Amino acid sequence: MNWLHDFLLGTPGTTPSVVVGTWVAAVLTLAIYSFLYKDNPFYRAAESVFVGLGAAYWLAILYHNTLVPKLFSPLFPPAGEPVLWYRVFPGILAVFMLLRFFPKLSWLSRWSLGFVVGMYAGVNTTGFAQGDFVAQIHATVTTPLTTGGGLSIALNAAAIVGVIATLVYFFFSKEHRGPIGGAARLGIWFLMVAFGASFGYTVMGRVSLLIGRMTFLLRDWLHLMQ
Amino acid sequence: MAGFDIRQIDRRVIFTLIFVVVAWPLIAPMRLPMDVTAPVQQLYDTVEAIPEGSVVMLAGDYSPDTMPELQPMVRAFVRHAFRRNLRIVTTSLWADSPPLIEAAMTPLAEEYGKAYGTDFVNLGYMAGGTVTLLGMGASIPNTFPQDYYQTPVGEIPLMREVTNFDDVALVMNISSGTPGTREWVQQVQSRYRVPLASGTTAVAAPPFYPYVQSGQLVGLMGGLKGAAEYEMLVEAPGDAVRGMDAQSIVHALIVFFILLGNVVYLAERRSKAARADATA
Repeated sequence: MNWLHDFLLGTPGTTPSVVVGTWVAAVLTLAIYSFLYKDNPFYRAAESVFVGLGAAYWLAILYHNTLVPKLFSPLFPPAGEPVLWYRVFPGILAVFMLLRFFPKLSWLSRWSLGFVVGMYAGVNTTGFAQGDFVAQIHATVTTPLTTGGGLSIALNAAAIVGVIATLVYFFFSKEHRGPIGGAARLGIWFLMVAFGASFGYTVMGRVSLLIGRMTFLLRDWLHLMQ
Repeated sequence: MAGFDIRQIDRRVIFTLIFVVVAWPLIAPMRLPMDVTAPVQQLYDTVEAIPEGSVVMLAGDYSPDTMPELQPMVRAFVRHAFRRNLRIVTTSLWADSPPLIEAAMTPLAEEYGKAYGTDFVNLGYMAGGTVTLLGMGASIPNTFPQDYYQTPVGEIPLMREVTNFDDVALVMNISSGTPGTREWVQQVQSRYRVPLASGTTAVAAPPFYPYVQSGQLVGLMGGLKGAAEYEMLVEAPGDAVRGMDAQSIVHALIVFFILLGNVVYLAERRSKAARADATA
């Protein structure tokens, strides 16, 4: 009887809103998983609810966290506070983006896109150069090959050989024959190992999502887990 | 089994098997052995070496769909930080993150008797991605003028001690995409040299291991396994440790299916070759 009570009404002390929320989440989860059997109206309804909720949530978040504090409040501040008039320029660029819906004026959206692309290219180029390009080359060429024990030295040597062989594989200005071809084939092996590791991690990630949902269903809804 | 052809097996049979081998160890845990990998141990050791009272930053850049992997990481890290009397400032480049971080931190703050505003602060979400990171390098209070609850940061005691990354002993980034760990490495670690660690989804983890080798990350938790390892290190097994039994058994089942598929494929190829020889 205790289990049936917990299943239907939640454990003692659980608020009605939590009980209803758990049931709604459980039903929607099962509706989504029903697609594994075959496409059906329950799956499509749950999918539509998810898309609609997601869009509405993001709209509300962006309005309250970006448009209001960054644009509307600075332009229309409470009495006594200065008007940050220069915020009108990003506002104009934002309006230009929406002009894509009007064919005669859609060209103006390119100004906004150009600003965004140019700014992010500038910011990310230096960041990539500092954080990835230089730092990774530095780490590779300074890899210790004489300290850290046999296994560590072997793995460090493999990393250096792997980097060189993989780079040779992507060097297309010389035909992949002889020593160049051998290095390129070795590079393929290193690439395959890297892809295999990524695939293994991807499987782990997807299974983790299933475990998360199953934990919810078995513990929070069905109360079958300790 | 006349007429049974394994190649024609319904995919729903495989789905059912996966369902069973996930549910079974969750209901009846087996506690399969698990070791701790070097990147997770490094992260734990780094947190252990931070002086008590220091400020650490928990940068949550994730969304609800990755909670099974990342929420255990957040809980384990917060538990470790509170246990060591470190103070936590949380930020988010993803709009979905602040309520998730709050859900993880509030019960732990009550458990360890930590007060909001002096021991931890949730600065909430700020739009802008990499631009926001650069702004924090100049001034965190100017970039996040209010916390998650709309309180001006000037009224929050802890934030009076935090100007920029010079005042932060460690940034722990929990990331499930972009902007995330890569942006923190490129824009923050490489510019301001603040110690940076990462907890990511398994899908995103492989490209970040070179950052550990180069020292750009002081530690890395990759997926549910990384979370489970950290839960073990802080001696508070939770959802990640519980999920690893299911994870291990499902992986064994998938390996079995891969081997079975290859065996069937090779047998079919040999059979076709034999038929071709007989016809010739």
